[in-house]
Parts: sequence; C-alpha cells; structure tokens
Amino acid sequence: MSRRISVDVAIIGGGLVGSSAALAMRKAGLSVALIDRGYCGAQASGVNYGGVRRQGRPPEQLPLSQRAHGIWPQLKAMIGIDAEYMRSGHLKLARTGKDFAKLEAYAETVRDYGLGLELVAGSALVRRFPWLSAQAVGASLCPDDGHANPRLVAPAFAGAAERAGAIVLEQTPVREVAATGNGFEILAGDGIEIRCQQLVNSAGAWSDRFAANFNEPVPLTRIYPSMVVTEPLPLRLPVSMGEQGGSFYGRQVARGNYVMGGGRGLPLGDPDYSRPSVTAASSVMQRAITLFPHLAGAQVIRFWSGTEAEMPDGNPVIGPSETTSGLLHAFGFCGAGFQTAPAVGEVLAELVTEGRSTTPIDAFSIGRFRKVAANTAASL
Amino acid sequence: MTESLQPVIVGAGPAGIRAAERLVRAGLRPIVLDEGQRAGGQIYRRPLIDDGRSYRSRYGSEAGKARRLHEAFEAILPAIDYRPETLVWNVSTPERGNQLDVLLAGVHRQIGFSQLILCTGATDRVLPFPGWTTPGVYTLGASQTALKAQGCTIGDRVVFMGSGPLLYLVAWQYLKAGARVEAVLDTAPVTSKRHLLTLAIHAPRIVALGLSYGLQLQLAGVKIRYGVRPEAVLGTSQVEGLRYRRRTLTGEAVESIACDALAYGFALRPETQLADLAGCRFRFNGRDRVWLPERDALGRTSRSDVYVAGDGSGIAGADASEISGELAAAALLEDTGRALADAAGLVAARKAILRQRDILEQAFPFPDDWLETVPDETTLCRCEEITIAEGRRAIAAGSIVEINRLKALSRVGMGRCQGRMCSAAATELLSGACGTSAGEVGRLRAQAPVKPIPLGFGGSVEAEVRS
Repeated sequence: MSRRISVDVAIIGGGLVGSSAALAMRKAGLSVALIDRGYCGAQASGVNYGGVRRQGRPPEQLPLSQRAHGIWPQLKAMIGIDAEYMRSGHLKLARTGKDFAKLEAYAETVRDYGLGLELVAGSALVRRFPWLSAQAVGASLCPDDGHANPRLVAPAFAGAAERAGAIVLEQTPVREVAATGNGFEILAGDGIEIRCQQLVNSAGAWSDRFAANFNEPVPLTRIYPSMVVTEPLPLRLPVSMGEQGGSFYGRQVARGNYVMGGGRGLPLGDPDYSRPSVTAASSVMQRAITLFPHLAGAQVIRFWSGTEAEMPDGNPVIGPSETTSGLLHAFGFCGAGFQTAPAVGEVLAELVTEGRSTTPIDAFSIGRFRKVAANTAASL
Repeated sequence: MTESLQPVIVGAGPAGIRAAERLVRAGLRPIVLDEGQRAGGQIYRRPLIDDGRSYRSRYGSEAGKARRLHEAFEAILPAIDYRPETLVWNVSTPERGNQLDVLLAGVHRQIGFSQLILCTGATDRVLPFPGWTTPGVYTLGASQTALKAQGCTIGDRVVFMGSGPLLYLVAWQYLKAGARVEAVLDTAPVTSKRHLLTLAIHAPRIVALGLSYGLQLQLAGVKIRYGVRPEAVLGTSQVEGLRYRRRTLTGEAVESIACDALAYGFALRPETQLADLAGCRFRFNGRDRVWLPERDALGRTSRSDVYVAGDGSGIAGADASEISGELAAAALLEDTGRALADAAGLVAARKAILRQRDILEQAFPFPDDWLETVPDETTLCRCEEITIAEGRRAIAAGSIVEINRLKALSRVGMGRCQGRMCSAAATELLSGACGTSAGEVGRLRAQAPVKPIPLGFGGSVEAEVRS
C-alpha cells in the first residue's frame, strides 16, 4: 500500500507520551501523524503497574509530576474515559528505622512542592491502616496520589487524538527516518511515506535506535517489570502501596483484583519480549501475605511482564535534540513514566509551538549523556 | 554434584500413559506429572474410591480399552516417577533452561527435564447463550465426570444439548445410569448426519455404536431434536427448563422443555498453554477453529526437546491419543539416539483416525452462526462478567482486530480461566465483527500460571533434580 502523508509533526511511538502529545498538538492546531509498530499503549504504557504517584520522585521531576497531577482528574473530559483513575493515596512503608529516616528526609526535601506528605509511625500506623499487618515501623502517605488502569489510558489518548484529526498509524514500523534539511522524511509500514516539519522520538525502549540514527547515542537499558495479579477479592486495600527500597508495590483495582509487583522479569531470546520471573513473583507473593494476612488463601490468576526503558541516572530524556533541528526526544522513563506522561505530551506540544516548555525540563536534556558518551569513547 | 535430568511427561491420560510405557520399555525412568488424583485421564477416569461398579458399567463399550490402559499404568508404576495431584503451571523458555514450575500438595517445586512430552488433553468447548451461567448448567464433559468419578448425576431430569459425539454418548450413559433423559437437542441439522454413512465405510464400529446409542435413547422415549438454537434457560437460581428454537421442514418452531439440569458442549478444545509457554510455534487449524502447536507426524514440535501428544496437540479422541503418546515417546528415543522410531504402522493408524475425525466433524458441525443468534446482553466472559454487547462495544470503540488487544481493552479472557473457556466465543465474536476468519484474529498469549495458584504457595521454592 503506497501512501504519502505530509504533516507538521510526526510522532514515533504511540505510548502514553506519544499519544498524549498527539492530542495536545492537535489541540494546538498542528497536523499530526502518530506512528506505532504495534498497537498504541501496548508496551510499557499498557503493562505497567498503574501507579499515579508523585511521592518518591526526585525533586527535579516534581514540577512535571505536579502538572500531570492536574491533568489526571480531567481524563473523562479529555479522552472520554476516567481510566479507573482514583486518588486513593499512596502509602510508602518503611520496614526499618533507617528506612523511615529516609522517608522523613524525603518529606523534608520535597516540602516546598505541595505533595502534602503525612508521616505515620509506630502504633499510629496500624490504628490508621488496620488492614495492614504490623510489619512496618512507619510510612509516608501522599493522600492525593493514586492509581489508574494502564491498559486503557494510552489507547484512549490515541483514540481522542484520532477523533481530533490526528492520523494514527498502528502496526506500522518505522523503517527509515532521515532529516532533509527542512524537516524529516519517514518510510514506514508497507510503503507509507511521511514528511514532517518536526519529529518526536517517543519510542520507549526502542528510542535509543532513533536517537543513534541522529548521532545521539544514549545509555538506554531495558528493564522488565514482574507483575502478579490475584482473582477479584472484597475491596479492602484503600491505597496504592509501595515500600522504601521499592521491593514491593501493590494496589487493589475497582474490580477487586490485587495488582502487585516487585523485582524484575527476564528478557527472552528476542529482547523485545520478556517473561515474569518466577523468583521475583514468589517474593512479591510472600511479601503480600506478610503485609496483608487477609490474602492468605487468595488465588493468583496471572503474571505478566513488559519492556521498559531505563536511563542510568533514573531520569527520562525530554527535550530537543542537540544534533538535529526539529527533533524532540521523550523516552527513558525508568519504570515511572505513567503518571508524568500526560504532562510530557503537553510539554512536547509547547516545545513544538513555542520552542520552550513552561515546566522546567533542563534536568532531562539528552546532552547530559554527551559527555559520558565522549568519555567512554575516549577510554576505549 | 552430577545432575542427570529425566524426560518429563505432563498428563497421565491415554497419551501420557502410553508415552511413559514406551520410555520405560527403552529403559528410561520418566517423571509423570498429573493433575488428577488417579491416572487415567478424562475418558478413562477412575473413581477415587472403588464404588463396586464394573468396568462394563462404568466405561460401557470402551471397558476393554479402559482396563488395558489402567493395567498398563499399574504395570509401569514401579518403573516411573509418578506424581499425582501435581499442577504444572509454568514452563521455562529455552534460554532459561529446561524447567517446570509445579504445585504439589500446596508446595511450589521446580522440576528440570531432559525432554518434555506434553499430554495435556482437552476441555469442553463452550459457547455462551442466555442463561448458560445458571446453576444446573454443566458441560457435557463435567456431566460425564460426575457419573464416572463420583457415581452421581447432575440432575434427575436432564437435557443434553450441543454438537459432537459426546452428546449422544453421555445422554446414553445417563439413561443407563437410571437418570431421566428429557431430551437430546442437537444443534446440527439432521442433514449433517448423512456424513455418518461415509464414516461407516471407514469406521463401522464407531457408527454402529453411535446409532445404537441413538436408537436406545429413542426406544426409551427420549425426545431428539435437530437444528436447535437455545433461546433461554428457564429459572434464575436453578435450571427449571430450556426454551429453544429448531428448524423444521416448514420453518421454525419454538418449544420449551422442563428439566433440572442441562449438559451442553460443542466438541472439545485442546489445552495448549504449556506448549505456548515452552515457546513452541503454533499454527491455526481451520477445521477445529483453534491454534495448535506445530507438530510432525510423531509429535515433535518446533522446540527440539518438547513433544506433544493426545488431544492437547489436536482433538482426535482417546484411541488416537494412545497412539500419539507412543509416537511421541518413539520420537524422543530416536532423537536421543536410543532407538529408531520405526513408527510407520502407528503413524498410518493415527492418520486413519484423523481422516475419520474429518468426517465426524461434518456430522457434528460447529455452529458457526452461533454468536449471531445470541442476544447482546448474554455473558461472554463469565470470569470477568463481560457481556457480548460490551465485547462488541470494545471492538468498535478500539477498532480492534486482534484478540490480545480485545483482552487488554475489554478484560475478556483476563480472569480466572485465562480465556480457556471464553476464547472460542471471543474469537467468533471478533472475527464476526471484523468480517475475517477465526484464524486472522490471532490467539490469546498464554501467561503463567496456566491455572490459578494460591498466593502463599508454601513459601520456599524447592528445586528438584532427580538423578
């Protein structure tokens, strides 16, 4: 099928970043093509834990995170569904006094960002959260954090973008992409030629290939979550839970299933695919029983994994390319992009229309890896 | 420590037992893992406690085969490592080594294998209709299991509905057991039965048996109807009857029949999740409208150390299962340099049965207009409580053309059964909505655990290697 498309912006990768960017750009009056090699939101955006969490993020992510915090309650109006978004609160446990001290230090560090953290320790913990076993010395609650259904959000953003006039090309792998001097030329799928003024690289775990294509190698590695889900059970866990150190996280969805994760899955021979790790799943299950004794006897119905991108400093890459005019990057969310992604979409639209972001993103510049790459090259 | 892995056989039905027997004959000591409490599988299922019934009364015309299979198993029992009540819920992919995750008496164990023969069998293929989740509605297979293993019936006045040879067999077994069989409602048109004439040339015994079941049912006054489509189960908290339409010479008739239990099914569907998790390549089988692990005539899959046999590798019945179990073992022995397979006779016998299945399938066809006849408010996926209307809405809203996408966006197939029960219907719904064939919408990817496992499954993982 031969087809020619000419748009203002082409977006490679229909995850939550790419699909929310497509919608934001359509709202700004730009013509947009959103291209995905599979289905929109079927990779990391669709298979992640579903935490809509600000607590625990490094301070440099919080302005972006706060911006996203304002977007989540508006999903119904923006994309037609609320995606099961709930401001349930996010409770982060400390197993030891040392861990609790870290939670206290974090609360102090982010005091000015308006997260409204509440520290709860000792006997007050079980009084306040009676469903929790006394396996923690304390916890930090972020009352307005929550969770949502990751399977639904990105497809709904992509659908809303399409209804708003974006061209959405699924099952359309990008085969070639090149800068032409006054824009870009993309060859995708089965003979589709796309010309655009600006290009967004939001290809998740596959973004490093496109960055390298424009002579901007990045130290992206892949991580694979290891998730466990139970059968539906009576509603009892009112918050999304995490632990200092990150070895266990869990929430109960509206239907009653406990969705829990921790540890890492394992890549298959083809590293585009992965499997949950039985070892990781076992330890998640053990921890779940310890924390929630009422889960003894519950049945686990499914494990799952997925493919996510991680950067060495725990922060994503967001912003303009340093080699190629008109190219924007947004990837490498390190297993924590679900909450911030809708704000990243708006930031990308601002970068395209205004050339600048109203939310600080300097910490996420791709240039921070240039020196590292150069040093590595020199040492070889 | 030197570790010497043994071949592992999953399933102790006709295929698994014959595979084990063949390996034992070659001097191997296979590990045989079976979910059941006693070996025998489904069709030759044995009761937990001897209830005094003879083989003849329990297995009818198949008594001789059942006895021979059970005796074969007892004979090899000292020479195999047999683990009943063992759920195999995960298989590692080749790059992660040869390992099974199993649940044995509530404890999680990991068992290594040198080769794997999957004899995982089949379950009833079901399709939704109004009231199919009402208490008192069973599958044909479950109603037969109740009779064989527990010595009880699913009700006092039972209606049997569906398509497939099991329909008449189970109805006849219930009649023999003293239950009142109110009706046999065949969803296939009476004209489809003409194919039995062709079948009689190839398999006269099967046709003679089938005709005798039908005749005895009729002589006992059991109502037999063809071209049936159910309209509704009567009763809400318990089955009180069934209203159905049927094709007649002049058009259509709507009839009701009172009963306190309904057994139904549309032939069988293979249990293929372990082959999927093992990384075997799959191919769509148009006749059975299902994806099957690719296999050669002996049961070799695309993965060199994994073999498939029995109905789990494609529905062919118990006789073919015994043959294919032996064939898979012969292939394993040949591939490991122990003995030439020398299997031409068995391969030919299995092929002859497969040809008969083709004809049988025409005599008991799948109702491919089913989803069009079922009202929108009917439950499609009972684990997740998704109606056909919700499925259709999800397909339209998401422009869905692929079944894993349907699962992600609608939760169909995401629940306890992981699509084992609803994927036949979901496939029909999606391919119907897309105007494509069932094979074009893809297949649900298997995820471990293939069946639910307890959250606190014993804590420690016990790695186990037999030398």
